[in-house]
Amino acid sequence: MSKEGRIRILVAKPGLDGHDRGAKVVARALRDAGMEVIYTGIRQTPEMLTEVAIQEDVDVVGLSILSGAHLELFPLIMDNLRKKGKGDTLVIAGGIIPEDDIPALQQMGVKAVFGPGSSTSDIVSFIQKELTGTKEAEGKSGI
Amino acid sequence: MASKSKQEWRETTLASALKRFPERQDKFETTSNIEVDTVYTPEDSADFDYLRDLGYPGEYPFTRGVQPDMYRGRVWTMRQYAGFGSAEETNQRYHYLLEQGQTGLSVAFDLPTQIGYDSDHLLARGEVGKVGVAVDSLQDMETIFEGIPLDKISTSMTINAPCAPILAMYIAVAKKQGIESAKLDGTTQNDVLKEYIARGTYIFPPKPSIRLIADTAAYCSKYLPRWNYINIAGYHIREAGSTAAQEIGFTLADAIEYVQAIIDTGLDVDSFAPRISWIFQTHNNFFEEVAKLRALRRLWAKIMKERFDAKNPRSWMFRTHVQTGGVTLTSQQPMNNIVRATVQALAAVLGGVQSLAISCYDEGHCIPTEDAVRQSLRLQQILAYESNVADVADPLGGSYYTEFLTNKLEEEASKYIAKIDNLGGAAAAIEQGYQQREIQEASYHYQQEIESGKRVVVGVNKFISPSPKITLSRVGPEVEINQKKKLVQIKNGRDNDKVKQTLKRLEDVARGKDNTMPAFLECVEAYATLGEMCDVLRKVFGTQKEFLAF
Repeated sequence: MSKEGRIRILVAKPGLDGHDRGAKVVARALRDAGMEVIYTGIRQTPEMLTEVAIQEDVDVVGLSILSGAHLELFPLIMDNLRKKGKGDTLVIAGGIIPEDDIPALQQMGVKAVFGPGSSTSDIVSFIQKELTGTKEAEGKSGI
Repeated sequence: MASKSKQEWRETTLASALKRFPERQDKFETTSNIEVDTVYTPEDSADFDYLRDLGYPGEYPFTRGVQPDMYRGRVWTMRQYAGFGSAEETNQRYHYLLEQGQTGLSVAFDLPTQIGYDSDHLLARGEVGKVGVAVDSLQDMETIFEGIPLDKISTSMTINAPCAPILAMYIAVAKKQGIESAKLDGTTQNDVLKEYIARGTYIFPPKPSIRLIADTAAYCSKYLPRWNYINIAGYHIREAGSTAAQEIGFTLADAIEYVQAIIDTGLDVDSFAPRISWIFQTHNNFFEEVAKLRALRRLWAKIMKERFDAKNPRSWMFRTHVQTGGVTLTSQQPMNNIVRATVQALAAVLGGVQSLAISCYDEGHCIPTEDAVRQSLRLQQILAYESNVADVADPLGGSYYTEFLTNKLEEEASKYIAKIDNLGGAAAAIEQGYQQREIQEASYHYQQEIESGKRVVVGVNKFISPSPKITLSRVGPEVEINQKKKLVQIKNGRDNDKVKQTLKRLEDVARGKDNTMPAFLECVEAYATLGEMCDVLRKVFGTQKEFLAF
């Protein structure tokens, strides 16, 4: 978390698909909810986006993918994060991800998948709960 | 005209009714923030002039349609977007669709192909064959069209940045089938400006990209007179979140940039303009979508005639394909998407489109299954052959509301075009992030309306019930493995000196001013790969980074 206690999140587009509407809408909603958002833009390799996650020292990585390459690319991202000592980062995902694939993604450490129709307020509150759950429970959340 | 005015009616009959039963909403608006009234009357189009504003079908300004008898002669072309996995699987799907009564092919390429990478490139990991078919060399194109006579069907290809080499492959396949290029009928998307705005598969900076487009325009006007070398796209601009008015304005602004660029190479406008084609989306706001297509026809006709001084009536004609809106589909209760698609397809047909595709009901989950594609085709066939909506040209023309919306959309879109003109044209505006920012604003607003419940999406924010499980398609990792093997075989089996020579010539031509198409043809016939050709161009033209506007 940043010095001001704000949640830092990387919104990233792994793979080659240019469908960035969802990523940008979510990024903006997170920013409006008071988080510090770094958006990578499209066409990020697992290596590139892990590098940014480390440099920016983020608390959360949000992955948006609609091309169907998640089962190939997400393991590389999770491995990279672990290898670089960022294995404890909260990783969430969104896009076109069939329900049947979600258990496999959870197995590799993706905490939640927000598919089409998800509300941005659910995403915001999920992140807040994961990162500041105890504080919130005590009514001390400063976010 | 009635002696009682609308205002009098509003103050008497309507006012007393509203006292007892207030309306559902404070304000009724279209997606383009056009506020709509309770009813429309002759007063709302007081200065209406039939011949000036509408005219007859097949006549300027084509508001009522580009063909004089519209669908009475021939119904629209039914062209479902398809292609996935390997060239072999795609070929099978095409044979299947043609047997089912489809009347044109539409090729979806995978993302590495669309961005000019071979299947063995690092960036292609996980993406090979996923959203379309993988094409590395002429061999893949030969397989895709095996047993399909290219002089008998029309083929549309969604390819943009590497359009020229892919078109060269298609010409080469035809040649192998013994068909001369003049007989080829089809379309290549070739619209790179909207890639920077919305879709993301650009490779090079705008200037060399537009030069490649001008090269294909010049080449096709000479050797492929029946080929629509460009398919200017509003579809993806809308998909990214624009309003209907922005979809019209931004897309026509892109078109203006292309037409000017091609004129600047020395071609006469009437030599290439008749082959400009279009793709738009239809969305859920039914009347706004019908009006959008009518406004597009009228506005384009005026632009070509007045701005570019085109003389040939064919240059004034706005001929378009429509695909129903992918972004309107929900993953929840997927069968509801068939109903959404029906409403949108009906808007497209009443809007007078030349060809139509349905975004399939399962696309909120995956690339469509064969069942979903067949269902989409049946939807079109039911509209065409059971509903009788194709029997009369522009059946909503003359409706006070439709004409109001058509006028209003034309007006709003013209403001966007003027704004982009002021910014220095479409490419300059993109470099400043203008269109991207406008679209982001609109899409965020749309999302907020859904979250506040102001905009109802059945099954998502209202009327929620459990979704039945549906069968999904899946492209496995074997496609990538096989495609890489094929690449090795190709590279071992071809004359590599010849490949080097043709790539060198491509480089020389790209550095100069000559048309690149003949050089691409030599490369593809020597089985140079798409990645090799695009690497040459990347070296000469450089690559474009995202115009980040977040």
